[in-house]
Amino acid sequence: MTPATPVPALEARGIVKAFPGIIANDHVDFDLRTGEIHALLGENGAGKSTLMNILAGLYRPDAGELLLDGRPIAFHSPRDAIAAGLGMVHQHFTLVPSQTVTENVLLGLSTPRFWLRPARSEAEIGALAAKFGLRIDPGAKIWQLSVGEQQRVEILKLLYREARILIMDEPTAVLAPQEIDELFRTLRSMTADGRSIVFISHKLGEVMAIADRITVMRRGVVTAAGIAATDTSRADLAVRMVGRQIVDVPDRAPFQPGPVVLAVRDVSADNDRGLPALHGVSMDVRAGEIVGIAAVAGNGQNELAEVITALRPSQSGSVTIGGTEVANRPVGVAIREGVAHVPEDRTGVGTSPNLSLADNLIMKRYHDAPIAHGWFVDDAAARGKAQDLKDEYAIAAPSIDTEARLLSGGNIQRLIFAREIDTGPRVMVAVHPTRGLDVGAIESVHRVLLERRQAGTAILLISEDLDEILALADRVDVMYEGRIVGSFPVAEAKIGTIGLLMTGGSVADAETEGGSPPQPPAPAAATR
Amino acid sequence: MDLTTILAAGVASGTILLFAAIGEIFAERSGVLNLGVEGMMLIGAVAGFSIAMSTGNPWLGVVAAMLAGGLLSMVHGVMTIHLRADQVVSGLALTFLGTGLARVLGEGLASAKDVAQLPHVTVPVLSDIPLVGPVLLTDQSVLVYVGYVLVPVAWLWIGRTRPGLHLRAVGEAPAAADAQGIGVYRTRYAYVFVGGLLAGLAGATITLAIYPGWFGDQTVNGRGWIAVGLVIFAQWSPLRAAFGAVLFGAIFQSIIDIQGVTTIFGFENPFQPGRSATFFLEMLPYLMVIVVVVIGSREAVRKRIGAPAALGRPYVRGERGS
Amino acid sequence: MNLHLEPRTDAPRWFSPVMTLAALAFAFVISGFIIWLVGGDPIKSFTHILVSAFGSVGVVSDTLVKATPLILTGLACALAFRMHLWNIGAEGQFLLGAWGASAIVLAPILPAGTPGIVVIPAMMLAGAAAGGLWGFIPGILRARLGVSEIITTLMLNYVALFWVQFWVFGPWSKGGFPETEAFPPEAWLPRLTDLAASFPGLAGLTVHLGLIFGIGVATVMWVALERTRWGYEIRLIGDSPKAARYAGIDINRKIVVVFVISGALAGLGGMSEVAGVVHGLQDRISPGYGFTAIIIAYLARFGPFRVVIASILFGALILAGREIQPSGVPAMIQGIILFSIIGSDVLIRYRVRFDRPVATA
Repeated sequence: MTPATPVPALEARGIVKAFPGIIANDHVDFDLRTGEIHALLGENGAGKSTLMNILAGLYRPDAGELLLDGRPIAFHSPRDAIAAGLGMVHQHFTLVPSQTVTENVLLGLSTPRFWLRPARSEAEIGALAAKFGLRIDPGAKIWQLSVGEQQRVEILKLLYREARILIMDEPTAVLAPQEIDELFRTLRSMTADGRSIVFISHKLGEVMAIADRITVMRRGVVTAAGIAATDTSRADLAVRMVGRQIVDVPDRAPFQPGPVVLAVRDVSADNDRGLPALHGVSMDVRAGEIVGIAAVAGNGQNELAEVITALRPSQSGSVTIGGTEVANRPVGVAIREGVAHVPEDRTGVGTSPNLSLADNLIMKRYHDAPIAHGWFVDDAAARGKAQDLKDEYAIAAPSIDTEARLLSGGNIQRLIFAREIDTGPRVMVAVHPTRGLDVGAIESVHRVLLERRQAGTAILLISEDLDEILALADRVDVMYEGRIVGSFPVAEAKIGTIGLLMTGGSVADAETEGGSPPQPPAPAAATR
Repeated sequence: MDLTTILAAGVASGTILLFAAIGEIFAERSGVLNLGVEGMMLIGAVAGFSIAMSTGNPWLGVVAAMLAGGLLSMVHGVMTIHLRADQVVSGLALTFLGTGLARVLGEGLASAKDVAQLPHVTVPVLSDIPLVGPVLLTDQSVLVYVGYVLVPVAWLWIGRTRPGLHLRAVGEAPAAADAQGIGVYRTRYAYVFVGGLLAGLAGATITLAIYPGWFGDQTVNGRGWIAVGLVIFAQWSPLRAAFGAVLFGAIFQSIIDIQGVTTIFGFENPFQPGRSATFFLEMLPYLMVIVVVVIGSREAVRKRIGAPAALGRPYVRGERGS
Repeated sequence: MNLHLEPRTDAPRWFSPVMTLAALAFAFVISGFIIWLVGGDPIKSFTHILVSAFGSVGVVSDTLVKATPLILTGLACALAFRMHLWNIGAEGQFLLGAWGASAIVLAPILPAGTPGIVVIPAMMLAGAAAGGLWGFIPGILRARLGVSEIITTLMLNYVALFWVQFWVFGPWSKGGFPETEAFPPEAWLPRLTDLAASFPGLAGLTVHLGLIFGIGVATVMWVALERTRWGYEIRLIGDSPKAARYAGIDINRKIVVVFVISGALAGLGGMSEVAGVVHGLQDRISPGYGFTAIIIAYLARFGPFRVVIASILFGALILAGREIQPSGVPAMIQGIILFSIIGSDVLIRYRVRFDRPVATA
């Protein structure tokens, strides 16, 4: 363990930050010691990102002060923060997709002075990356890289700017277990180099694995300030995070599957860039069954959902619902065959932001009676149906005439579920349904999914949260690079094996004692 | 009606489109669509002509034209950058405003004759090089030479310099540029202004160099819109814009020239002035724009390049995903 | 000091119309200022507009005559704009419609002496078809090839202009002048003044049947947009094309259909102008109706009945504006009005605050 130094590298005292309707940071204290990895833990909306955005120069606090190496400092822009040696790797990368790694690293700097010199700069960036064991091609364009590689570019940007303090915002959200290990190794090599790291997360297990000290926030307030990781436990942290024991997923009824409803056979499809995303994928989902797809972002799972819901053409193969083909046919066919789709993009695809709740709720039902008669929409019937759904699903909004964009994330998801379930679907495709929701909303989504399972709907659940999949699914299919590389009944699913498969390893590797996929040459890892 | 004369006149006439198109390329590369080019060109045309007339100095006219265009562009800039108005509608409003203003300011100017024009230049020695000499370097207005310099300068600036890198980042991923400390608003204002300056210059090029005189709305006659279409055809590259500009300049010039000829390939020329068939000739440039825009769009889809990713969308800090 | 925009979430119902009217008032103030700047008298100019547009029954009738083509082209634009289809080509579609309607009489497609009850509907059909064709072209290019309709509709305006000029200066020209033979009486839309024999008070009132078309179309459009499945789909596409696709709507088909209808409406406007007012085809048959229609549609926030009201206002402007010096002023006023509406749009959607910067851009 690196010894604590008397003056913290970074300190925040009494930070207050308010937004309309919410106090994001309520007199928050935080300190970071040189050479440590300090985790900032809390659930969505606890105020962690706000605090870090203040440290990184994106926001200015309403009150409170910041001290760098003991001296007061104020940042007017991200540039100031970076000049002071403080940089942030955001959850949503700030990269320019059409430009190269090198151009992205150089962006915003005052060198080169005027003329760009691609060859020279690429060599320089490549050398820096190698020094820290970051595997990337400096000449590659960002859109060609995987999410894990893009994250390395973000880290490289900070290293190039000689950041001494790095803030990482939920860095593991998009990584597979093996990539997470690689990231942790990188972080340790950076602290060995004298840098300090703040690690924001809402995942207890990771925090316990990587952090030296932990600060917990809940609803804008610090509930545990810089406690040593060795002095606490997952249960203790959980209580500090949510104020109560994290409730487990509701009990599942025993698995009694019906006939196969959704049959995917040999589907191959391209992604938006015209590159193949799916290679001969086949799978079945039965009535009353939840199949969870475990995959790292960008391995074809989104494209699979889109092919099944007819939002993406497939180059070969078939998708049948109860025997009727729906692939490569108008979306209306899939809808009529009883496919419900809870999309990843709630505000862009799942709802129409400026239309009212009522208009959004009839989106799948406006073709036929009782909502429509011939050409005309029966206004009274539509409003009646909307009001019923609003009440039944407890969608919090002033009225059914409220515009959808004014709803909170959880309520938008309730709206979408209400609408999709109202059609009495045979198949439901739910893509990242709990992303970004608070604990209460997550619980209600889990409840709804299990109720649907009980009612005999065939459910395909795509989620990046392995814990969620293991809790809800009857079967887990693992996808890697557009193929199903493993399929397990949930009772036989082991995180280690799944993690391996998600990153391209094989089951044989997992079964070999101590076997692991080839690792890059890592710098001497600091041991805890 | 030989090839050299047509091309030479095409280059001259194309310079007008070139300035406007390159100006719009700069604006669009920063992410701001400015459809007010026609209005800015008209304002530039009338301002340039009017100042040249009252001061007797065409260079002052050029400066006035550029400033007028730049000033007008700032209305659009404020509307779309800070006030986040829809860029299409604001651009249209700018065209209406510029057209109306130009009509108002141009009252009584139509009768002015013999306004001082910009000098023409013939480059010694080089103008004897076959084809290139007579077309590009003989008896062309000095503004045409400015155009020759502008094309490589613009291309180098955008693709090979640090400020150009920042410009492209602002147009492709403003959130990324902002995170790196690049002023997104500032950059966009600057390049919208540059677009206005060049559009004003294009207008002055008409009234003070290529087609001297003020003819009311007819002065620009849709060239501003053609320039906007050219930007799509040019795939936002100054080099391709130059090619497109010469092409359309040649078309415009040919329309005039064809009307002056008595026979075509031995047949009597149906397009002589006064004959109604000339109207079909006049349609040609506008139909061609449709053709090139279709070509440009198809190519963009095929090659997966195309418009700057953030084009047409206002930038709001902190607006990310869900 | 920095400008700061926050989404406005609690605007009362009346906020939007009031802001729109405020914007209109603001535009007039600015225009008055500019008139004063160039040496005119704003009070006199505006009083002149009011008097020459609404001062007597006769001029009210003239205003309505000017408003009629605006209503139809305004509706054309409003429909397209609802779906974010930028139909800037209403002018060209108007001209094509005028041409198509004229062709019935001048080609001639129907022989002379055909009774009005056949000719008029035929002209309507031809006008709508020609305008619809002119809308179909940019529509299909946009739907199939993703080509920006802004450029294509605009270019087609110019092509339409030259097309009409060809016929007016060429085959249909009367004695070498840029106008055609006058239409026979069967091809005239009935006007109020035609009833002067029975109702002497109606003498001299040139309001014609086209006005009824316009109001009728506005009513049908309102019902279609608010109460039919088709209208719901249009509203959904206009707000979120991705959600519309997710809901199973065929967007490309809608794009073509809406463009054709939009073009047909503008074409109908052209027909009503040649059959109701000019009774012939001329070179300068439109003083920019198709462009004014854009502003009307925007001012009316795409609502059909509001389009009718806005058209009357602009009809007054056009009628009286001919006599305002300098002559560019009405065009300038239109630009200022559009900017004011855009500005009011911002104020409706956001609260504007002047703040100390959170962090400077």
